[in-house]
Amino acid sequence: MNRNPKKPFEYSRKWSMRFVFLITMVFLYAPILVLIVFSFNNSRRGGNVIWKGFTTKYYAKAFANEELMLAFANSMTIAVTSTIVSVFLGAMTAIFLWRFRFPFKPLAEGLVSLPIIIPEICMGVSLAMFFSQMGWWTTGNTPWPLNLSNIILAHITFSFPFAAMVIRTRLQNFNREMEEAAKDLGASEYRVFKDILLPHMKPGLIAAALLTFTLSLDDFVITFFTSGPNTVTFPVKIYSMVRFSITPEINAASTLLIVLTLILTFLALRYQRLTDAKHD
Amino acid sequence: MSLEDYRQQPRVFAAFALPTLIWLLLFFIAPLAIIWLYSFGENISLVEIKTTWTFDNYARIFQPEILELLWRSLWIAGIATVVCLFIAYPIALVIATAHPNKKPWLLLLIMLPFWTNLLIRTYALLNILGTRGRLNDLLRWMWETSDALLNRIGLGHLELLGTSFTPLKMLGTPSGVIFGIVYVSLPFAILPIYSSLERLDKSFLEASLDLGAGQWKTFYHVLLPLTATGVVTAAIITFIPALGQFLTPDLLGRGQVDMIANVIERQFKRANDWPFGSALSLFLLYITFVLLAIRSFYDASKANRS
Repeated sequence: MNRNPKKPFEYSRKWSMRFVFLITMVFLYAPILVLIVFSFNNSRRGGNVIWKGFTTKYYAKAFANEELMLAFANSMTIAVTSTIVSVFLGAMTAIFLWRFRFPFKPLAEGLVSLPIIIPEICMGVSLAMFFSQMGWWTTGNTPWPLNLSNIILAHITFSFPFAAMVIRTRLQNFNREMEEAAKDLGASEYRVFKDILLPHMKPGLIAAALLTFTLSLDDFVITFFTSGPNTVTFPVKIYSMVRFSITPEINAASTLLIVLTLILTFLALRYQRLTDAKHD
Repeated sequence: MSLEDYRQQPRVFAAFALPTLIWLLLFFIAPLAIIWLYSFGENISLVEIKTTWTFDNYARIFQPEILELLWRSLWIAGIATVVCLFIAYPIALVIATAHPNKKPWLLLLIMLPFWTNLLIRTYALLNILGTRGRLNDLLRWMWETSDALLNRIGLGHLELLGTSFTPLKMLGTPSGVIFGIVYVSLPFAILPIYSSLERLDKSFLEASLDLGAGQWKTFYHVLLPLTATGVVTAAIITFIPALGQFLTPDLLGRGQVDMIANVIERQFKRANDWPFGSALSLFLLYITFVLLAIRSFYDASKANRS
């Protein structure tokens, strides 16, 4: 006898559905796991398809690869700068869209979400043409990190609408009576912003920062078009390595980036749990 | 809570709104305007383009080879989207009906690969899909096992599975590219379906089952129509990036399965035909707009009916 009859909406308890889920997880994770395993592949003469035994030498090689490390430093500089500006700009965008009624508001909302929607390649191409037209094409002589400026500008442009979206969602459940109460008690516009609105926005700002940081690290296509020969980012460098020849060194470099992403996700989750606990 | 009118505090409004609008004007609209002008232009020297308001660049889109390219991009992105939806729906169902404690973890499992760099995920597939790659290892193992099994039960002489194992060619073929696109865009497809399932009123399903409809009938006539908006959203947000994919066809197609973005890239990086590249980029942009318009039209008609 079935002691626990299945209710209609209990698909997750069906073995067939669990099997589909499991297969999909294998599909999603197996390639990444294989990539990590093959970063330890002791292959001697190029190629990274056949397993030849365990080694960590390709990690040493990746760390000793100056171009790769410079590309990593570039990526981090770009991600940090773009995150700071994107969160700032995103917060301002979120506030004016959330707080005010003004003519052509749907147009402004559409405009802000457009960079999220349009195909990456269109944005990459148009920004590349824009920078070359403006003579913004950073030359080999521009000192670091100023030579990264057009990549940073491009990253801010595609990141801040995401930041605005996240922050606006957070603002949606702000109780504006608090603001009025503070004003009745004599607080200035600035005090209200600093002491009431900003603390409420904080979790949104942090979520937005983590999102824009990942978006910046993740981007290949737009960076590919806006980077010059001397301003290579980590993904662009990995791409040129893949085009040249496939070696375990690429796997080692990729694994490092995967680990970085995992750490960021872990931090995000931890932070979220902390704020959730505070609210309970 | 009602919104404030901007005229009440025009200075605060301007302080918050202007930086965004100026930024978008400068780094989003102006760049698009430049390629818009280029798309009506002609190359007069290597890096100089004169806008002569010619329609030649758009006319060139209707050359047979570019039409073939567009058609190929559309069907590859289309098949990848359909495959994604077929996988995404059951996955979303499992997550939506899981125990509330497990839900965040299951969602995290889906999102984690999504946070991983797109280039790295595509590169990871090179090792899987190659002729000597992991997928063919698995298929070879399955072939050998079933062949041995057939031999044991005395059907070996029939050679039902052929005389030897032929590896599946995925790299450089449309199926490899489709595999890659499904792999990178699956989370896009899962999330909208999941959120529409979360909002669903479960009593409809109970009513359907109580009234004697079977599980499949309930799924087809009740569950699917009620979550149609989620499915349409999932289809659109999978299809749009899939259509403009550059990396997957570039790395997994090996130059034999070009999609629109690969040809656009070539106009700018190698062929130096910026006007045609611009026209092609804008054409891709217009397709995107048409798709989004279809979506809002669908939403509007849905809202009218209810």
